Amino acid sequence: MSFDSFSDFLAMGGHALYVWSCFALGLIVLLGNVVAPMIERKKIIAEQLRRIRREEAQS
Amino acid sequence: MAGKNWMPRWFYQLASPRWCYQITGKLLPGFVVATLLLITIGTVWGLAFAPQDYQQGNSFRIIYLHVPAAYMAQSIYMTMALAGAIGLIWKMKVADMVAKSCAPIGASLAVLALATGAIWGKPTWGSYWVWDARLTSMLILLFLYLGIIALNSAIESESTAAQSTAVLALVGLVNIPIIKYSVDWWNTLHQPATFKITERPAMPPDMWIPLLILVIGFYCFFAVTLMMRLRNEIIRRERRAGWVRELLMQQRG
Repeated sequence: MSFDSFSDFLAMGGHALYVWSCFALGLIVLLGNVVAPMIERKKIIAEQLRRIRREEAQS
Repeated sequence: MAGKNWMPRWFYQLASPRWCYQITGKLLPGFVVATLLLITIGTVWGLAFAPQDYQQGNSFRIIYLHVPAAYMAQSIYMTMALAGAIGLIWKMKVADMVAKSCAPIGASLAVLALATGAIWGKPTWGSYWVWDARLTSMLILLFLYLGIIALNSAIESESTAAQSTAVLALVGLVNIPIIKYSVDWWNTLHQPATFKITERPAMPPDMWIPLLILVIGFYCFFAVTLMMRLRNEIIRRERRAGWVRELLMQQRG
């Protein structure tokens, strides 16, 4: 551990704002890249199921 | 035709959307676990345990996000251009889908690399942005991604869209060595590469091992999110195929 205490760790030797804003942004980008295709998958499956139901109703 | 079998069997299997969908389904869980482990270990090690830099203090820890993001932005671009080329040459639909899926992931990581670089620049160089060769060529990479996404969505026909974006991606490939060598060719504020194949890193192991772990973790992360997007794209484009219909019916339960 290169910090003496947890508050020391949070302070990042006076660079807290820079370090933590970067890592917050990183978390947002990584999570966004996982959540977006998950939402997309639900949307596509729902769309195609609607199409299949429509086609079944017609025939 | 002579020389019919010079490409390995898996290359032809890759061309089958159904086979791709199945194999990515099997590979995904392993890559998810590897991504979570590597990124967690690398981040905790880098943020809390790596020693601070004697010049930059703790702001140097931004490297653990900045370098993997910048590496990925370039690797994803090369993957996209390669997949685009394979799609152009062999008319392989799956390759077109891979290329299309790469663009938004690469663009988001280029944004992350530029943003973390800007935030890091403030305490280190005293400025968020300088028109330096490395920074400018990285910004061009982001614009290439945005151009490719825009071009792809502007063309109605899937195959024409794939062909034009592949050509644009291949032309833009010239930017990749410019990014890499910008720190050697021009006088720049940006520091040279951290990892070189021919030399040991200038940092102590306690600094570079977590960075290496994070770079590998980000590659796994790219694999995860690429496979997720690719699978969506396969379902959407192959919706008329019998096996996709079966898959959808299973989802309905």
